[in-house]
Amino acid sequence: MDVKAKKKFYQREGFRVRLILFLVMVIVSLIIVIPYVWMLSNSFKPTKETLVDASHLLPKNPTLDGYRKVLFDSPFFSWLRNSLIITVSDTLIILFTSTILGYLFSRFEFRGRRFLFMMLLFTMMVPAQVTMITKFILIDRIGLYDNLLALIIPAVVSAFGVYLCKQYCDEIPRELLESARIDGAGNFQIYFHIVIPQIRPAIGSLAIFTFLEIWNDYLNPLLYLSSTGKQTLPLALSFFSSQHQTDLSATMAASALIMIPTSIVFIVFQKQFIKGIAMTGMKG
Amino acid sequence: MKKKQMSRRKRSHILYGYLMIAPLTAGLGIFYFYPFFKVFYDSFHVVGAFNKTSWAGLSNYVTMFKDPVMWSTLWNTLRYVLVIVPFTLALSILLAALLNTDIKGRSVFRVIYFIPAITMSTAISMIWRWIFNSDFGILNFFLSKLGIRNVLWLSDPKTAWITISIVAVWMNVGYQMIILLAGMQGISRSYYESASLDGAGRFQQFFGITLPLLTPTIFFVLITTLISTFQIFDVIYMMINSKSLAKEASQSIVLYFYRNAFEYSKKGYASAIAIFLFVIIMVITAFQMKVQNKWVNYDQ
Repeated sequence: MDVKAKKKFYQREGFRVRLILFLVMVIVSLIIVIPYVWMLSNSFKPTKETLVDASHLLPKNPTLDGYRKVLFDSPFFSWLRNSLIITVSDTLIILFTSTILGYLFSRFEFRGRRFLFMMLLFTMMVPAQVTMITKFILIDRIGLYDNLLALIIPAVVSAFGVYLCKQYCDEIPRELLESARIDGAGNFQIYFHIVIPQIRPAIGSLAIFTFLEIWNDYLNPLLYLSSTGKQTLPLALSFFSSQHQTDLSATMAASALIMIPTSIVFIVFQKQFIKGIAMTGMKG
Repeated sequence: MKKKQMSRRKRSHILYGYLMIAPLTAGLGIFYFYPFFKVFYDSFHVVGAFNKTSWAGLSNYVTMFKDPVMWSTLWNTLRYVLVIVPFTLALSILLAALLNTDIKGRSVFRVIYFIPAITMSTAISMIWRWIFNSDFGILNFFLSKLGIRNVLWLSDPKTAWITISIVAVWMNVGYQMIILLAGMQGISRSYYESASLDGAGRFQQFFGITLPLLTPTIFFVLITTLISTFQIFDVIYMMINSKSLAKEASQSIVLYFYRNAFEYSKKGYASAIAIFLFVIIMVITAFQMKVQNKWVNYDQ
């Protein structure tokens, strides 16, 4: 009886605590979600309505004008194309160089290997601003200013990517590589048929990270791309506000449109995302 | 015979290594190490039109230490760090702890909390800029219902940095939370089982087991947030108009660097600021390496 009562009490206490925790989580969710709701709501408001006040959260006269302006009265599709070109090529190049260099640093003996690897790790610690001015002048000198290549060529190696792939390559059993070699496989065959499949988790999270980082990058396009038709999506948002007045509904419509690709990537690869991020924490 | 074959294979192996590493070395040289040394060089020069340099000795550094804007910028940055880092850390630990319970719907909450981490920071800044807008923003609308009128969130030099910090924390928490949650899930169940047998409650378990065993992850999050906050740029650049009264009061080191280098065309001075930033980051890294072994609990 006594024990039963005690158990019941604990269950009830547990329920109360649970309810409070649940409510806290709901409130936090609202704090996260409301800005997005506000964005969507304003993207469907006529421009005039956005400038009155915020007394009505939802649009009174919903319209697609904002979206129309973004899609048809601005070079939105050029920005999208530029963003895609830069993001896809950078991601593919970085995946290629990271895996091959990771394999190289892990399994090949050559003079200065340790030194070079240390140098590579050092670049991760140096803030980007340190090299920014000279890189900018360099890019300008070789005539790549206002050219998409300015965002592709300097980005071919990711120190983090090489580091990550090397960690994974270190764990490939030696016998696996040896036996392939004895079977007469060349270096590239080994790379494609053994190394790549073995380090797939690292490749997955590296791909997601790189994609997001470059897709969302603001500073580099701001520096290197000046003409409107050459710019990328992150710069697009200021397009509607740098004119005489900020067009809120167009800006919010553009924000909403810009979020679609990353949201899709996130929804599809949610598990890899979370695993990948968790992995970086472990490696710390 | 066999030995000779081996060595030939080994030699080709080494050659292959060199061959593959050559482009990397060239790339690192051109895009990292040349710029890295050049910025030291530039910091002792005046960089004029067409990027011609002339020797200036220590004058860039002297200017920097005498420049009141540099000092206020440094103070602003420290202020950001002192507010954003602790709040990010505390809130992400709290949320991770909430998600680490058996509460219903936690996988949905996890996704929601993570959304800001995948949203473009420029889009986030734009949205918040309008939420905080003093005339048409939703926040001031609700505050006016409560009798608080016309808070100048972004244009008042006294409040702008707080507004920026709020947005930065809002953006940071989801990502760090995932790292901490993974750390929490790595803690062996057996600790909790024996603790609850001893009658330890939820909160005792959190402070007695979770926090101490989580120190390596907490430390990692602390250092990465610290370094990224010292380099805060996007949010301020997007949210504070360059004509705003709060421009100087909200300016961070990186922003001041950026403006000197690319807007005021004082590249020599900007180089000195970049070196200064580099020294700060290196000090943090050195601190990290030194302290790590002392108070971080690694035996899991």
